[in-house]
Amino acid sequence: MTQTRRMARRLTRRDVMKSAAAAAALLPMPALAQGAAGRVVVIGGGFAGASCARALKALDARINVTLVEASRTFIACPFSNLVITGMRELAAQQFGYDKVAAAGVTLAFSTASAVDPQAKSVSLADGNRLAYDRLVLAPGIDIRWDGLPGYDEAAANVMPHAWKAGEQTTLLRRQLESMEDGGLVVISAPANPFRCPPGPYERASLIAYYLKTKKPKSKLIVLDAKDAFSKQRLFQNAWKELYPNLEWVSLSSGGKVTSVEPASKTVVTDFSRHQAAVANIIPPQKAARVADLAQVADRSGWCPVDAMTFESKQQPNIHVIGDAAIMGAMPKSAFSANAQAKVCAAAVAKLLAGEKPVEPRLINTCYSVVAPDYGITVGGAYRPKDGVLVDAEGGGVSPIDAPASTRAAEARYADGWFNTITTEAFG
Amino acid sequence: MVHIRLFLTAAAALAISSIAFAADAPPGASSCSGCHPATAGVATPVPRLNGRDAGQITTAMTEFRTGKRPATVMDRIAKGFTDDETKAIAAFLAAQKE
Repeated sequence: MTQTRRMARRLTRRDVMKSAAAAAALLPMPALAQGAAGRVVVIGGGFAGASCARALKALDARINVTLVEASRTFIACPFSNLVITGMRELAAQQFGYDKVAAAGVTLAFSTASAVDPQAKSVSLADGNRLAYDRLVLAPGIDIRWDGLPGYDEAAANVMPHAWKAGEQTTLLRRQLESMEDGGLVVISAPANPFRCPPGPYERASLIAYYLKTKKPKSKLIVLDAKDAFSKQRLFQNAWKELYPNLEWVSLSSGGKVTSVEPASKTVVTDFSRHQAAVANIIPPQKAARVADLAQVADRSGWCPVDAMTFESKQQPNIHVIGDAAIMGAMPKSAFSANAQAKVCAAAVAKLLAGEKPVEPRLINTCYSVVAPDYGITVGGAYRPKDGVLVDAEGGGVSPIDAPASTRAAEARYADGWFNTITTEAFG
Repeated sequence: MVHIRLFLTAAAALAISSIAFAADAPPGASSCSGCHPATAGVATPVPRLNGRDAGQITTAMTEFRTGKRPATVMDRIAKGFTDDETKAIAAFLAAQKE
């Protein structure tokens, strides 16, 4: 390869073109095609996986990319809090994979049943086996069903988590809709890290809006396993202004939920018991199951990765992106997942070509909707430092004293962002 | 034999360079399309940047950074990039087809 490059540098572009044309005439095509392409399997068709698969094909159409995804319809989590509160329909969250397939990605609608990092192959539940040169895992999260006493899969049918969009989203919506005015709604927010750090507080805001406009005698309590959370001052200012019926109980005020009793929809802390009309339990989470199959999760349940290429620190040739990965200062958001996907695709294309990946810069922007015309953000850039993604200069949240026009603009931009990112991943 | 080896080498060089052109987006550039749509026809108030004048993009970023140009989130993001990084990203976006 070194010799190849040295020779390539001595040739002018025209020489290369001429010689390549001649070579193409002389050589059987497969030999040319094998030059730098390779086989990439991507597992998980969310914002990270779908974006990565498409980016790989866009970078080099000769790379053989297979996307493994269990479901033929993706249901997006961002904006699903609007579905819960009746401001949006679930259909607006649903996306298919036709355009991903049209981009040249092979779709395998199945689940991984085994990953063999030594043989570099993935076995699927449908019996197929996929060999890879590079494997990209973008599996998202699983609920830790052993993480909160009393909260198992049966309990989730009574006290929905709604932290994976779909049935759970509509279940929580139906519960809110059928609740009588005057009922108590309880949200349990988990300790860090978890998917979408501002999500519980956006949800609390929008449920408070729903109660204020539809069921004004009702009350909302957020029981939190933390003392601090994303965009905290912005949320709390908005709550003070808009939602007097919303009470947030911090960890140090006894907010940590220690168990739940689904039979009576009771949420228990060390200091109190709350019998809820509607209980939304956002439980502890971990990297989804395929991370265990590939042996890329550490004892935290999440996946440590190299900050340049997102290659697993535990298994060579396997990359992990999106919510499942430990990404330093980058939050677990759809924007982050999409940004990481494109950086990972570029790194994988370089590695397949035997080249050195470029040190990346990434951006994240998270919109939260506090009310229909009231949006806030956290945003910033990230760079690797000492093997970890850290905040670049700048970054931070919307101004605390911004006028209503700015809040309204950020709500409009939130809409635009959703359209843009879902188009890039699925459209 | 010598000829064939030269041809092989040239073919390999071409294969590598075609990847390099696409993969060599400067650091940070690939994140922009999370908000600024890469394709036409997306319903968003956020402007497309592909094919825009590089100087315009650089000026906007500089003014976002200094606070001269009003922004919602770009002021916070622009501060995360140096002048050189910004210029490289602007040149890359300008070179993308509109």
